Amino acid sequence: MNYLYYLYIQFLAKYHLPEAIGMITFPLLPFIIVAVVLIVMVIFLVLLERKVLAIFTQRKGPNRVGPWGLFQTIADAIKLLIKENITPVGAEKFMFTLAPLLAFIPVMAIWGLIPFSAEFDFISYSVGALLFMTIASIPILAILLAGYASNNKYSLLGSMRSVAQAISYELPFVFVLVAVVVLASSMNLGQIVLAQTSVYPFCGWFIFPSFLGFLIVFICALAELNRCPFDLPEAESELVSGYNTEYSGMRFAFFFLAEYAMMFIMCAFIATLFLGGYLSPFGFYLSTKIFGNGHLGQILVYFEQVFWIFLKTFFLIFCMMWVRATLPRLKSNQLMGFAWKVLLPASLLNLLFVCLYKYFLFAK
Amino acid sequence: MPNSNQLMKINIGPQHPSTHGVLRLVLELDGEFIRSCEPIIGYLHRGMEKMAENRTYLQYLPTVDRVDYLSGFFYASAFCDAVEYLAQIEVNKSVKYIRVLTMEMNRLASHLLWLGTFMLDLGATTPLFYCFRDREVILSLFESLTGQRLMYNYYTFGGVKHAIPSDWLDKTAEFVNSMPSKIQDYENIITKNPIFVSRTKGIGVITKKSALQYSITGPNLRASGVNLDYRKQKPYLIYNELEFDSITAENGDSFDRYKVRVEEMRVCLKIISQCVDWLKSNQGEVVSAIKQPLLKVPAGEYISNVEAPRGLCSCYLKSDGTNMPYRVKWRTGSYYAVQILPKLLEDNLYPDLMAIFGSLDVILPEVDR
Repeated sequence: MNYLYYLYIQFLAKYHLPEAIGMITFPLLPFIIVAVVLIVMVIFLVLLERKVLAIFTQRKGPNRVGPWGLFQTIADAIKLLIKENITPVGAEKFMFTLAPLLAFIPVMAIWGLIPFSAEFDFISYSVGALLFMTIASIPILAILLAGYASNNKYSLLGSMRSVAQAISYELPFVFVLVAVVVLASSMNLGQIVLAQTSVYPFCGWFIFPSFLGFLIVFICALAELNRCPFDLPEAESELVSGYNTEYSGMRFAFFFLAEYAMMFIMCAFIATLFLGGYLSPFGFYLSTKIFGNGHLGQILVYFEQVFWIFLKTFFLIFCMMWVRATLPRLKSNQLMGFAWKVLLPASLLNLLFVCLYKYFLFAK
Repeated sequence: MPNSNQLMKINIGPQHPSTHGVLRLVLELDGEFIRSCEPIIGYLHRGMEKMAENRTYLQYLPTVDRVDYLSGFFYASAFCDAVEYLAQIEVNKSVKYIRVLTMEMNRLASHLLWLGTFMLDLGATTPLFYCFRDREVILSLFESLTGQRLMYNYYTFGGVKHAIPSDWLDKTAEFVNSMPSKIQDYENIITKNPIFVSRTKGIGVITKKSALQYSITGPNLRASGVNLDYRKQKPYLIYNELEFDSITAENGDSFDRYKVRVEEMRVCLKIISQCVDWLKSNQGEVVSAIKQPLLKVPAGEYISNVEAPRGLCSCYLKSDGTNMPYRVKWRTGSYYAVQILPKLLEDNLYPDLMAIFGSLDVILPEVDR
């Protein structure tokens, strides 16, 4: 960070601007970058999902707007922007407007917690993992609010399901998180990544001691994101569109945006916990191999690290889309049963195993 | 009822993604449990039976396809059969083979569409596209045969409208050969999928007794263990010359209904290939020689039965000797499947609605007519 700050001050000095401006504006930069990257990411994530599903179902997917349909989502976004915002009769107006914002804002805040490289670790917080879980559960509240405020029975049923689901699936998630914290001896996400370094390529990743945990977290993430096969809150064939049935225009876009942004962040979080985050899978960085250990090589390493975490994240996202294209939807009682009867004991077992692993590793 | 004020009344439909048309279900929900269900029909009523009384036989014939837009051939066949019986029109063997061939292909297309939409109801989007891919081949074949993709209007009294195009039978044979592996693919992915099995096994059980009480017919009845297949028991056209099995299952739950229909697709293929083989070696005159618009049917009444994809299709025809029917009455399978719905849904979970309703293969134009 210090090095980047130095570069920023140098850049300002070139235009004869005082250092004070740099001191004030520098902490804001990450958030601006985050906002821009996030929106761009979501736009292409939606396109990616449509393309991947099209391949799975032997279609072509969007291919009319721009080359390979690249601007399809932008066109959709423009459509949503110019659409009328309809508030249904009998809706709680304030809460109805608040809900999409409440879904969207935590997602923007949470983004800074993920260490994208050793230097781009915007909010390096000592209990980062815990904070992540805390903020990540706020959008559930938004769904409850949306369902309640819409004055629509389908919405209400959808949001009811969503809350029940989120509560059930957060428990095994947290227990697996505890196992990761035991392995890393830290709750700081940056430290968790560093704890996964090892002399052999990718052997230190936590997916190996805690593979069961990885599976559990992946399933829980599917449930938290309301994605297939856990997409009960918005089960189209049952509840029309679930909690966002009554939403239109930009309010709907906020829900939509939050959903996909959350998917990206959740996958980045899993990659950080289990797949070595920004670490290279080779045990060395390609840029230092090619450009040497000099100034250029060092700077490029940061970007290479960003590349690695994005690659891992997109792999996980692809897996989620794969699951969506393969499985039918669960029933609500089966969903609960699965969380409490299978995932929770399994996550405790995982915790026990990880503790023993850690104990014997350190006893040697 | 002590807790009646806690029940939530919810309207499913008439516009809803999974009511397969315009059925309206008034449900009373207790949390996620369905306490009562009242189906309300009539949103697609077109007066098919009354229309017949003001049209000549030939004028009414195209409308018959619209009774069920997914399996028009069966209804046309039932109507033609009734008219031919009353007017004592001889139908030669080639025509009968063509009718059976097209009907079985239509059954296959109908079952494929059902499979896709049923899986869509259960939340799996992918099978729909694969089923439509195969259905598309059938529809293209129909298009080259009849000029239409859904409303064929191909049968006439005493024959069919056009002869079979030259390479049509080869194309059909090619399609039939490609299908079994695809059906096996669907079975591999769906039949053993634990989520699918847990959602359909033991759900929406129609017992033998209640199936007979409610006059359920077709695959739904055979899934309950009653072996009633009009193709076998009362063979019409040339079904008595063909070799095929009628498929039954025991439990009568959603899973069995699925299994029966998938097996029936294989039976369809078997019948189609037999018909294709026969038609390749025997060629007779198929285009009707009767002056259709002038057709007058002698007074009398007749009921013709056809085993349609959604159950027994009966056409009651009463003629008073003029060129218009005196009365036409349709008996369709879906109507009875909707009747049993409240009984099946009671005290089931709301998500089971789709697993039960989807498996019954109800189509609304057939219910309302």
